[in-house]
Amino acid sequence: MDISTHNTQAPPPAPQPAATVQKRAARGATRPGDRIFLGLSRGSGIFLLVIMAAIAVFLTYRASLAISKDEGNFLTTFEWNTNLNPPVFGIAVLAFGTVVSSIIAMVIAVPIAVAIALFITHYAPRKLGGPLAYVIDLLAAVPSIVYGLWGALILVPQMDGLFGWLDSYLGWTGIFSWDGGPPRSMLTVGILLAIMILPIITNVSREVFRQVPQMHEEAALALGATRWEVIRMSVLPFGRSGVISASMLGLGRALGETMAVATVLSPDFDIHASLLNAGGGTFAQNIASKFGEASEFGRDALIASGLVLFVITLLVNGAARAIIARRKEYSGANA
Amino acid sequence: MAKRIDVSGLTAYYGSHKAIEDISMTVEPRSVTAFIGPSGCGKSTFLRTLNRMHEVTPGGRVEGKVLLDDEDLYGAGVDPVAVRRTIGMVFQRPNPFPTMSIYDNVAAGLRLNGSYKKSELNDIVERSLKGANLWNEVKDRLNKPGSGLSGGQQQRLCIARAIAVEPDVLLMDEPCSALDPISTLAIEDLIGDLKERFTIVIVTHNMQQAARVSDRTAFFNLAAVGQPGRLIEIDDTERIFSNPSVQATEDYISGRFG
Repeated sequence: MDISTHNTQAPPPAPQPAATVQKRAARGATRPGDRIFLGLSRGSGIFLLVIMAAIAVFLTYRASLAISKDEGNFLTTFEWNTNLNPPVFGIAVLAFGTVVSSIIAMVIAVPIAVAIALFITHYAPRKLGGPLAYVIDLLAAVPSIVYGLWGALILVPQMDGLFGWLDSYLGWTGIFSWDGGPPRSMLTVGILLAIMILPIITNVSREVFRQVPQMHEEAALALGATRWEVIRMSVLPFGRSGVISASMLGLGRALGETMAVATVLSPDFDIHASLLNAGGGTFAQNIASKFGEASEFGRDALIASGLVLFVITLLVNGAARAIIARRKEYSGANA
Repeated sequence: MAKRIDVSGLTAYYGSHKAIEDISMTVEPRSVTAFIGPSGCGKSTFLRTLNRMHEVTPGGRVEGKVLLDDEDLYGAGVDPVAVRRTIGMVFQRPNPFPTMSIYDNVAAGLRLNGSYKKSELNDIVERSLKGANLWNEVKDRLNKPGSGLSGGQQQRLCIARAIAVEPDVLLMDEPCSALDPISTLAIEDLIGDLKERFTIVIVTHNMQQAARVSDRTAFFNLAAVGQPGRLIEIDDTERIFSNPSVQATEDYISGRFG
């Protein structure tokens, strides 16, 4: 009402400048700063895609050179002899070792990381939570070779007791039987990987838990929920996708971890039913230990194995995204 | 089940800051009491002391007495969790559990309190949703997430969730301030129905709303910014809006405040 009467008395401003303003707004970038930023961000985006494509083409090309000459089955052969003529090599042992050690690491690390994150955000007094979070941040910055050395010098000699216990109580399962050899096995690698990925999962989960809107927590509190019930009803559901993302970050590190595995594991080219007996190998460890002395062809074969690791990582990430997307309807985003 | 609230000499702090000072009042069962007053006068803080939600805020603490029919909520050995189970609360912004279905939202409080048979649970959920005037709108999609409802429906879902556990008192902290006028009307009608079963305390910035829904009105004010909020007067709503006994109340109600 007010506006219409106002309009009849005072005519609207001249139409021409208004039209120009609209045109400018529609086009977006008009000032130099906008144009420069648009160019920079668009250029970076394209550059990234080009690099990705170049890497993919390079890896696929070199890998195809090696695979085409492989006398064994690339996927199922338990052997890595690239210097033979004809060469025989396959990734079965590496894929098994990589996946198994990462699963062990995740099974151990994720629950502990979530528990630590919950402790820091919801249980610890602020004076304790702050320093604790800082220390865990520091742990994430320790180089992996340091973890590897610690694993080889400190962790491995300590494993005998645990292995003996597992063998005597769970040895009948086959998975936990032990031949008494050096404990440089998949389980030790998994435990070490768990320690290594613990900080990153903890930190990301902590941030997610901290961002739970207070109104969700108060909703549970007002119904008479205890602290744990608040966490179960409000915090964990809200943080679920974040914890999955955090776990994927950790899993990515576990799948690709090189030096720590190479320092701790006694590798061989066989799949062992028991997680306690030394042997096995992972993609990254195998590449690291063989790349230096490999021939041109041997390197191509290692690149082919790296390509498989890349595909596994993609599959895992895709699966995680699918899990998150499936529950999107229930996510806290719109509340 | 509705109970009387008797507050005497209640003072609440945030850390060293005194938010409200020396508040005493009685809230009758099966009535609606509205809290009005300018922003920052402590009416929400006071509301949150009534179900011990104030102390959830870091640094929050309370002195004084809140009697719920003779039981001191701040007495030694009283579990705040148990207090909150008997005094329900509805918040300013609708906050259904986003990951839960409509059904699970209503059942959430019941599941905290104990185990129910499926049929019992179905009955209570239906009764609560009907009590919140939401049943007809959601009965065909009880398994859909509560966050998919409109704002007004979400707020009624929150009311259904609060009344499902049959609380003695229902506290509402500006329950309509995030809603459009039609949803607001729906909630106000609902408050009229609910007061037959519950003691209701509602904080509102909307004086017409206080006049429409409440039987008693309490006016809060603070002397200056940084000073603690105080209860200026509490009286029958009709009297507060026609002939209040304190000049400050009349100034606030007639818009001559500040």
